[in-house]
Formats: sequence, C-alpha cells, structure tokens
Amino acid sequence: MSKIERDEHTGTETTGHEWDGIKELNTPLPKWWLYTFYACILWSIGYMVVYPAIPFAGENGYSEGTFGYSQRDVVAEEVAQAKAAQSQYLDQIAAKDFEEIRGDQDLMAFAAQGGKAAFGDNCAPCHGTGAQGFTGFPNLNDDDWIWGGTLSDIYQTIKHGIRWDEDDETRFSEMPRFLDDGLLERSQVEDVTEYVLSLSGNSSSPEKVERGAVIFAEQCTVCHGESGMGDRMQGAPNLTDAIWLYGGEREDVYSTIAHSRRGVMPSWAGRLDDATIKQLVLYVHGLGGGEQTIADEAEDFAEEMADEPVEDEAAQQ
Amino acid sequence: MGCDGSADMAVKKGLSLPALITMILFAVGTLGGVIVSAGAWDAVMEFHALLFSAFFVGGILWIGSNIMSEPEQGYMDKIVRYGVVASTFWGVVGFLVGFLIAAQLAFPELNFDTSFLNFGRMRPLHTSAVIFAFGGNVLLCTSFYVVQRTCHARLWGGNLAWFVFWGYQFFIVLAATGYLLGVTQGKEYAEPEWYVDLWLTIVWVAYLLVFLGTLIKRKEPHIYVANWFYLGFIVTIAMLHLGNNMAVPVSIYSSQSIILYSGVQDALIQWWYGHNAVGFFLTAGFLAIMYYFIPKAVNRPVYSYRLSIIHFWALIFLYIWAGPHHLHYTALPDWSQTLGMVFSIMLWMPSWGGMINGLMTLSGAWDKLRTDPIVRMLVVSVAFYGMSTFEGPVMSIKAVNSLSHYTDWTVGHVHSGALGWVGFVSFGAIYCLAKWAFGRKQLYSNRLVEWHFWVSTIGIAIYVASMWVAGILQGLMWRAYDSLGFLQYSFAETVEQMHIYYVIRAFGGLLFVIGSFIMAYNIYRTIKGDVREGEEMPDEDVVPVAAE
Repeated sequence: MSKIERDEHTGTETTGHEWDGIKELNTPLPKWWLYTFYACILWSIGYMVVYPAIPFAGENGYSEGTFGYSQRDVVAEEVAQAKAAQSQYLDQIAAKDFEEIRGDQDLMAFAAQGGKAAFGDNCAPCHGTGAQGFTGFPNLNDDDWIWGGTLSDIYQTIKHGIRWDEDDETRFSEMPRFLDDGLLERSQVEDVTEYVLSLSGNSSSPEKVERGAVIFAEQCTVCHGESGMGDRMQGAPNLTDAIWLYGGEREDVYSTIAHSRRGVMPSWAGRLDDATIKQLVLYVHGLGGGEQTIADEAEDFAEEMADEPVEDEAAQQ
Repeated sequence: MGCDGSADMAVKKGLSLPALITMILFAVGTLGGVIVSAGAWDAVMEFHALLFSAFFVGGILWIGSNIMSEPEQGYMDKIVRYGVVASTFWGVVGFLVGFLIAAQLAFPELNFDTSFLNFGRMRPLHTSAVIFAFGGNVLLCTSFYVVQRTCHARLWGGNLAWFVFWGYQFFIVLAATGYLLGVTQGKEYAEPEWYVDLWLTIVWVAYLLVFLGTLIKRKEPHIYVANWFYLGFIVTIAMLHLGNNMAVPVSIYSSQSIILYSGVQDALIQWWYGHNAVGFFLTAGFLAIMYYFIPKAVNRPVYSYRLSIIHFWALIFLYIWAGPHHLHYTALPDWSQTLGMVFSIMLWMPSWGGMINGLMTLSGAWDKLRTDPIVRMLVVSVAFYGMSTFEGPVMSIKAVNSLSHYTDWTVGHVHSGALGWVGFVSFGAIYCLAKWAFGRKQLYSNRLVEWHFWVSTIGIAIYVASMWVAGILQGLMWRAYDSLGFLQYSFAETVEQMHIYYVIRAFGGLLFVIGSFIMAYNIYRTIKGDVREGEEMPDEDVVPVAAE
C-alpha cells in the first residue's frame, strides 16, 4: 500500500504510508525550528564548559568549569557578607545591657527591626504576625502580663520558656485541676466560676457568687490574691480585668477551673542566640505594653519633678 | 474497516487452558489475601489484603461466566467503551477533589478536622486521580483503540487486555483507599506502598505484552508514529516505576516499607521519576493521542513525517535527563544541576516539534476550528502544550528557578500543562471515542461541547493567571531584605498574602469541574444514543463508524 501521492492543498508529497486512513506528508524540518534547536544545543555546550557539568571528569569527581563555580561557596560568601554587615550591631547588642541599647538610637532601631524579623519567623505562628495572640496564646500588644512585662521579665520568659520541661529555669506554675483532681464538686466549680466572672462584673447569679466567694477564699487566693488581682511571681493571672487567655464565656472559665490549662511556651535559649533574644525582647517590649523597671520609674519621677517647676514658670509667664 | 480474526483467536468453547491457569492463580491469590489479612500487622493491610481477595474472587467469577467476552472477530472495542466511561468517571472525581483541596488552601476550615479529608491525604488523592486514574484510563482506552486500527489487528492476548483494564482500576482503588487511610511511602506521584507497586508492575507488564503483541502481529508494514509514543510511554513508565519504588517491605503482613535510597540520592531518583512521569506519562502518551485523533478528526495528513521522527527521538533522549532541575539550589551537586538545566533547554524545540506537527496538520482544514468544537479542543490543547513546554525550560534556568522554585508559579505551570494540554486532548479524544467506539453518528450535543470548551478555557486562564501572580509575589516576598539586612516578610505574612489568589484559583478550578460535568452528561446521552433537538448534523460531517 506504499503509494507516494502529492497533497493537493500543500503541494507536498506524502511518504506513501497509510494507517487507518492517516497519511503523512514528507515536509522537511522547518528551518527556524532546526536552527533554534541547534542554538539551544550550542548554548548548552557552552554552559557546560563554563559551569560544573561532567561527572567523573576532574580532580573533585566532576568538571569544575572555567571559573570553578560552586554554589556552596557562593552561599557561604553571601552569608558571610550578610553577617559581616550586621556584626557591628550584633556584637554591640550582645555586649550591652538593655538600657545601653535603648540609649543608642541606631542600635535600638536595628534591634527593633531584627526583633520584628525574628518574631515573624519564630513567634508569629502562635502569637500572630501582629502579636495579637489567639485563644491560648497571649496578646503581646496590651499591658496585661501574666509573668511580668519589664525587659528583664520578658527576657526571662523568652529565654527559658513557660512550663518547658527541658529548661531548668523555665517559668513554672500549675493550677490544680479542681474537678479532675477531686478538689471540688461540679457544683462548687460552677459557684467559683460565677464568682470569678463577678470579679469583672459578668455574673448573673448572686447566690452562686456568694457561695463561690467562700470557696475562692479557701482555694484560689493563695495564687490569685484575695482580690483576684493575680500574682506575677506565680504566673497567676489577674481575674478582674476581663482579659481572658482561654476565653471569658462561662463554659471557658468553668473548663479552666475544672481541668486547668497549663499552656506551654518553648525555651528559646537553645535555638536563638542571645543577641536575637535580646532583639526580640526589645521588640515585644516596644509593642505597646512594655513595663518599666522600678529604677526607670524612679528616674521618670525625678525627671517629672525636675520638669515641673520649669513648666510652672512657663505657665506663669 | 474491521479486521479478520486470526487463527489463534478462534472461538473456543468451554474453559481454555490460559483461563484455567488464571483461575488457579486467582484462587491462590484469594487464599493469600485471606492469610495476609488474618495475620496483618496493621488495619490497612488487613483491609487491603481482603480487597485483593475480593478482586481475585471477582476475577474467577468473571472468567467463569465470561460476561464480557468480545466477539472474537474484528477489533476489541468493548474495552475501549469501558475505558471511555472509566476515564470520564475518574476525571470528574479527580477534578472535584482538586477543587476541594484548592478550596482548603483558601479556607482551611474545609479540612473539617478529620484526618480522612485532611489536605495531606486529599492532595495525593487528587494528583493520582487525575494523572493515573483519569489520564491512565484515557491512555489505556485510546491506545487500545489506536493500536488496533493503525496495526489493522485485533488486540493480542485475548482477555489479557481485560485483566489490564480491571487490574488497573483495582490499582486505583488500592491507591485511593490507601491515601484516605493515611498510607504513603512519601514519594510524590509514587505514594502507594510496596504491595500496590508490585500489583501495578504485574498489570503494567501485561499492558506492555498486549501492546507489543498487537504491534508484532500488525498487518501494516510500518509502525505508526502514535504507536512509537505509546510504546515509549509504556516502556519508560515501567522503568521509572521500578526504579523509584525500590523498597523493602517491613513484612509481608505490613503495609509499610523501607526505601532503598537515602538523602540526596533518594531525592534525585524521586525527581528523575517525577519529571519523567510528566515527560512520558503526561507528554509522550498524550502526544500519541494527538498523532491519531487530530489527523483523524480533521481528515488531513500529518504535517511532517521527518519532524515526527526527529522530535520523537530527541524528546525520548533528552527528557530522561532533565529531572535534576527540580532540585536546583539543594544539596544536589552543581554538575548534576547543570545537566538538568541544559537538557531542559535543549528539550524546548523537540517539544515544539510535536506542537508544530499537531497544529500544522490542520493546514487545509483550519475552518474546522470554527465549525467543530472537538477539533477546537484538540487544537487548543496543543497550544497549551506549546506554552507549557516553553515555560518549563524557562523555569529550569537557575536564575529563574531561584525565584519560581517552591512557589505557586510551579503549580500554575503544572496546571497549564495538566488542564490545558492533558485535559483538553483527553476531552477531545473522549468525545471522538464516544462517537467512534460506540458507533454513534454524532454527539448528543455539539453545543454542550462548546459550553464545555469555553467554561473550561476560562477556568484554566483564571487558574494559571492567579498562580502566576501568586507565585511571583511569593518569590519576591521571600527574597525581600530591608536596609538592615533582615528579611522584610516573615513566612506567615507571605501565606496571608496568598489568600485572595487561592480563592481566585479555586474559582478557576470550579469552572473546570463544571466543564467536566457538562462533558459527562454529554457523553452519557451520546452513549444512550440521544441527539439533542435541533442538532442533527448534515451527512458530510459523519465520521466513518467503527465496525466490529
């Protein structure tokens, strides 16, 4: 059935083969196609001469190319350059204490930026990219601190974590599971729940509050204080401010008392170097809720005292 | 048309010897399944071993009743018809799961907090369903159809072809249920565990035998180009499958295995496999479809025989080396990355050779683009093929890859090839076969094909464009540094930016799913023999019907 024909439309001959009615034209390869193909091959050969390409062809087990390109070297060099560019700042941050860093405008700007970057990579998954927090993960923008909001408090928290078993210096406290551990009856937990809600003005049952107050005084004041204002030394949150880590609905509070929560934050000492942790501390502290140390407050007070007469004078004039 | 039944195909009454041997093997398999299931170390093996037994029992009953026996004369077309239905079914399923995971990326709540619907299990379900279940069935049924007609011979091996068909469906069921139950060997596009791999090997060898046997007993002096591509696809997939799945089972009673390679060697083997799954499963196989269905549908000779030879061999030779471009800037040695890149660049023209041959075959019949929506689907698929095979080499260039790698640009690239090329060429072939293999003069509705075409094309455009923007944005955000040398954006911030593009992408995907539903309905009505009112076609467009 081999019969070469000339196709009417194109004027090209067929190969003479036919399969199920399909014939093939004997069109030559398109020139542009062929030359582009050749060009790609030539370019590839050139590239293989310049860059490492041929295995088993050279001292290191492959042809190294005309200028000995190595991806690994390029990365090492770029990382070294980046480190060198930052080292003057990082060395200072590592060497200085927080007050000294805050006193240096450039250094502080660097630390805040570095803290932001480190926060995004390490902290944002739990605390949110805006540090706004989620249920179970505190908001870091406000001034409501469980373990304290001074620079040294935050440093301690980030460095050693919270309830992080592998770190001996981790912050640690354990609220009992009042229902699960058999310390309180279900109805008692309900009463305490009502009392705790009443501390921030959210209770609806005065009788339960009354009964709950008695239980609270026996069971809870040791950590949360008589007024329920909490105790940062023990990581016992303030219960009067209507800010809730695990939700402020009745069932949330009930669940917290009945089963406890015991949230965990990892210790970052082994994962981040000290300079990075310090930058994180300064960044978090600067988000808005950072507290001043007693020394700061004394200083501020002295400044205010010193300023006042001047202001008075100005006012008088 | 039609072909004369050869001597070895003579009608046999009663049980033939091969059938008896198969039944005995199946009986042994049934028993083995029960034994393994009874001693299984984990629930999945317990379940899957029983499935094996069920399959074998089904096989024995099937042989016994021979319910699906073909007329021993002429072409074996019933299996093609089954393949058309299976392709359509798996296509719809695969696209739907794809839409689900696209929506999950935009709205994580759609994971529904259950491990069964978790993205991590749904994603391989989607990829396997579209590549292996949908694409695989399209390749099976078109290759069985094409090889018979272009060889002028009935399929070799009698009911072996049926074993291939049902064995392959069983492979799909094993793989899919395995994913849902959380079994994976953690290799992309090769997730099924060792026993599923072994089963697929048996099925695949049977497929190779059927195909080769038919080629060998052909009545035509030459082997048609479509069959080179089919054979290249079958042989290479066998090699890739064996190479990448070298694993030692923990026990015959366990669904787990230990892979033979480790570290960067494992990664390289994996992407040698992964890239050539694209190159030989999704490219070579579907080029075979192109080489038969386009000239057939437009009734024109293939543009250039010489081009088909050169681009076939260039494609086969070059593709197999390009895998390392998936591992740029990793622990893979520099020289290996270079080779992956330059072979990808050299692959550009061989790929376009196929595109040229597909498109230029229309010369003299360009008007069909206007009049025949099936032809338009086939031609647009080739255009998408050309676009993806240009984009691919560009992305393999290391400088480009440093921006595009790990971003959604890659996802967009894959889908322009998968939805545009593989999807559309498959749809075109399915529409053709719904007419030709079922002996229908015309489809139920060409208008519905128009709808399918436009809805899906718009869907693809939305999908690909959104992923381009998303991917480039991602790449730029990842590499942005501020003046002090810190990363400008945290990873979480770049994820937040993706939300809107994921929503748009899911919408594009939804359009594609809707298109597939339109097709499924059209195919169903066509098979029933219906023609939509007012769409009776003039006689001149009627394509010769397959005889049996």
